[in-house]
Amino acid sequence: METLYFLIEVLIKNVVVIAVLMFFAAYLTLIERKVLARIQIRYGPNRAGPFGILQPIADGIKSFFKEEIIPENADKPLYVIAPMIVITAAISMAAVIPFGDKLVLFGREIKLVIADVDVGLLYLFAMASLGEYGVVLGGWSSGNKYGVLGSLRAAAQMISYEVSLGLAIIGVLILSGSMNLREIVNAQKEMWFIVYQPFAFILYMICAFAELNRAPFDMPEAESELACGFNIEYSSMKFALFFFAEYTHMLAVAALATTLFLGGWHGPYLPGTLWFLIKVFLIVFVFIWVRATYPRLRYDQIMKLGWKVLFPLTILNLIVTAFFVTVR
Amino acid sequence: MAEIVFKWIVFFIASILSIFSSVMMVTRKNPVHSALWLVVTFISLAVLYFLLNATFIAISQVIVYAGAIMMLFLFVIMLIHLEKGPEEIGKMTVSRIFAVVLTVLLFVEILVGVYFYRAWTVKPEPMPFGDPKTVGKLLYTKYLFPFEIASVLLLVGIIGAVVLAKRRKM
Repeated sequence: METLYFLIEVLIKNVVVIAVLMFFAAYLTLIERKVLARIQIRYGPNRAGPFGILQPIADGIKSFFKEEIIPENADKPLYVIAPMIVITAAISMAAVIPFGDKLVLFGREIKLVIADVDVGLLYLFAMASLGEYGVVLGGWSSGNKYGVLGSLRAAAQMISYEVSLGLAIIGVLILSGSMNLREIVNAQKEMWFIVYQPFAFILYMICAFAELNRAPFDMPEAESELACGFNIEYSSMKFALFFFAEYTHMLAVAALATTLFLGGWHGPYLPGTLWFLIKVFLIVFVFIWVRATYPRLRYDQIMKLGWKVLFPLTILNLIVTAFFVTVR
Repeated sequence: MAEIVFKWIVFFIASILSIFSSVMMVTRKNPVHSALWLVVTFISLAVLYFLLNATFIAISQVIVYAGAIMMLFLFVIMLIHLEKGPEEIGKMTVSRIFAVVLTVLLFVEILVGVYFYRAWTVKPEPMPFGDPKTVGKLLYTKYLFPFEIASVLLLVGIIGAVVLAKRRKM
């Protein structure tokens, strides 16, 4: 009987998290367009429904009815699988992120996280690196030279920045002494880790832009030089999946930043989950803000920044943190 | 009981998949496809590690091998493809024959090892030998010296690569 209750609990948590995630990802497209428009002194989409609220639904329906084109010299199986890899990886990242403390329902204590695993942080990194295969394969399998160039850049950029991203958060691991995301959040009950690790937070954010392939590091799709990069040949729902995965991934990365540096669900007065969402959307807003503010870096500049600036800085941060923890 | 059956099913699927994908990896003509089948092999191996409660090793397997190293392989394959076009396959060279002999020898060795391991030792208790804490403790106490030697070896490899790249430029 206990097993049955457990299964039901897991099922409900899964459905709720995926539904909420999809809803937010869909509306993130609208938020991004609106915020970008306001920063550039425009109105943004405001035709579908009041204030353009129905715009994501209209976009979704439109992508469903678009013609599906598969290029003649495409590698067909990979061409079809690539968007699936991206969206699967992006959604499964949400599995280990704790979005609140415990909840007591019908006499059962429910942890507000789908999977409370000891290696949650590493799991997130594994999923993120697997998701990048979708981007790389999508570009390569289209049989388009811009696509291949886009995926080459995606692969190189990911290898370079994942190192710094991983090293940037080891400082947090040293402070919390655990790789379980719930325990990391609980270690921040008194003080958020952004206070102890401000440089790590900045470095994490910079690497996150590269990880998300967003401006100013949006090399794989750099519109002005690669036309559209890795997703150039994709149309209809497959393109929409790539698009959707990007926003889901963005939410996941923002949620991870909240968990590691901003104290997760901790906060006064308001319920924990609400605090969590507020912090996530603050970080998402920063992502959009940066996109509207900074121009794209040149490709060699990105590689130089990654290996010659960020990498030594993260190691320095790590050494200093380890030193202070040992002295204390 | 239900747990054992479930574990057995997962083990069955993961092991079949790992064997199937390694066979596919060897037989594909397109190097990109080979690389991808290798990724599948690594992931199914990671599932097997999970079944042994070795969570840390399983996840490192995915991050390091499936995530980073294979991405590098893919990068190089795509770069070479761009420059040279697909290579011809099917020629018998000395190195290939040598590789086949070596592989068969290794395979026989593993089979012998598995047979004698089963014959000699009792079944080990499923204990958490692969979670982050145990692995870290062992690496920094009992196996500190081999660990440091391995990292020095990697450093030498990196320096060697840099030296080779510099020499070609001059």
